[in-house]
Amino acid sequence: MAFGPYLFLATLEGLVMAAVLALTALGLSLVFGVMRVVNVAHGEFFMLGAVLAWAVATTVSGHPALGFLAALVVSPLIVGAVALVSERLVLRRVNYNPEATIVATIGILYILQQLALTFYGPEARPVVAPFDYRIRFPWFGYSAYKLSIVAASALVLAATWFLLARTRIGLVMRATQFDAETATAFGIPVDRVYAGVFAFGAMLAAVAAVLIVPIQQAHYLMGHDPLLLSFIVVIIGGLGSLRGTIVAALLIGLSDGIISVFFSPTLAKIIATMAVALVLVFRPQGLFGVAAR
Amino acid sequence: MADLLTLEKVDAGYGEVQVLRGMSLALRKGEVLCLLGLNGAGKTTTLKAIMGLVQTTAGSIRLGDVELTRLPAHEVPKAGIAYVPQGRRLFAELTVAENLEIGLMTRGRGDVTRETVLDLFPVLRERLKQRSGTLSGGEQQMLAMARALCVEPDVLLLDEPTEGLMPSMIARIRETVATLRERGVSTILVEQRVDAVLPVADRVAFIQNGRNRETVDVEKLRADPALVRHYVGVG
Repeated sequence: MAFGPYLFLATLEGLVMAAVLALTALGLSLVFGVMRVVNVAHGEFFMLGAVLAWAVATTVSGHPALGFLAALVVSPLIVGAVALVSERLVLRRVNYNPEATIVATIGILYILQQLALTFYGPEARPVVAPFDYRIRFPWFGYSAYKLSIVAASALVLAATWFLLARTRIGLVMRATQFDAETATAFGIPVDRVYAGVFAFGAMLAAVAAVLIVPIQQAHYLMGHDPLLLSFIVVIIGGLGSLRGTIVAALLIGLSDGIISVFFSPTLAKIIATMAVALVLVFRPQGLFGVAAR
Repeated sequence: MADLLTLEKVDAGYGEVQVLRGMSLALRKGEVLCLLGLNGAGKTTTLKAIMGLVQTTAGSIRLGDVELTRLPAHEVPKAGIAYVPQGRRLFAELTVAENLEIGLMTRGRGDVTRETVLDLFPVLRERLKQRSGTLSGGEQQMLAMARALCVEPDVLLLDEPTEGLMPSMIARIRETVATLRERGVSTILVEQRVDAVLPVADRVAFIQNGRNRETVDVEKLRADPALVRHYVGVG
């Protein structure tokens, strides 16, 4: 294949990765931005989303699209409920203390991982894509499902932006993010906002996982990479910034896709890590983050 | 005048650090009560204890028949108390309109309340879409008061509202407090400077080491300036 089509293919692969990454990282970013909680268990909510997607899709009989759609609805809801329980039982009890929540979420990580290993098993299992159609470009055919992941992700990101910027719930979340004590003094139940944000962040990771699981099998250890890459995206983009998360996810996703195809996946990870180091040195608040007050 | 808000032997503080030690205070309906005291005396903590923002370990805080210490902090403003914190504490990334909206969510009557409040601070009407962090110091103080008034409070808690403002703005804030008194809003005003208080206060409570040492009418204070020197060391 000539260079141009090869680059185009790499760009498409990078876009798919960026789309999934943006959703996952946005969940992590919102949780830190509003609650100041570094959620080390975020990757396990992603894993749980994928594992539950397999469970739901295999339970529903009929056309694969039915099972997939059921998974797309049910899996994020269950993951959101698990996150809600974790928030109530663990994070609230340590009073959202930043250091304590890191240790606590490491604990949640291992609990979720071992529960998945116990009940789901060590096998990697695929979910059948809801449709099987290839778009014919002049140089190669490409999975229409993969492109639909990009569209679905863009839709969810746009809906999240609308929620944050145009609704009362979003206003309450932004006020809490900025100053929780003053928000309380104006009648905002901050602990309920925290619970909702934690569940919503986990649900975003679960949606990303359901979208990716037809092209990347569900496995109980699959949460590590999304967690690491989400941290990279969130640090580069700026914690709590929707715009920063999307731009950084595109940067990391595309560079990973293109560098992996032309050079090696290892080099892509090295460059991403170097980018994080440079951002931390020269702009610690991230590209679009607000400097600490 | 009947007491609207009463604090009886309140102990409160931050974790292990106790700041209020048997604080007792009574705010009458429609009055401006000023808390005067040195730094660290417990003035701000008194306001935060009323709002439920610091832990109260003993005593009672009542608004009418409602025991505020039994309410979760976010329910306190719904009982009819609004708070203008020291340093304004605006949501600086939000616009002026969004800051007002946060106040209106508490117990305001929507557009009616908003218009009444904007009539008090007309300059904010021209700045509704501006990010509040970009306002001048005086405008920020007006917004902080406007946001609190959107709660439609019976009691307004003002923590050093004149801090860092130029004299014309200080006069403007005083006028607003006087206007609110005419409208029946009772105010607790925390200040460090007695000259900022005398023109607007009805009574002054001298706070020392987390206690209210004495509450006096402002006329008595004018007649006996030595009281200020006794409790605050200047005057």
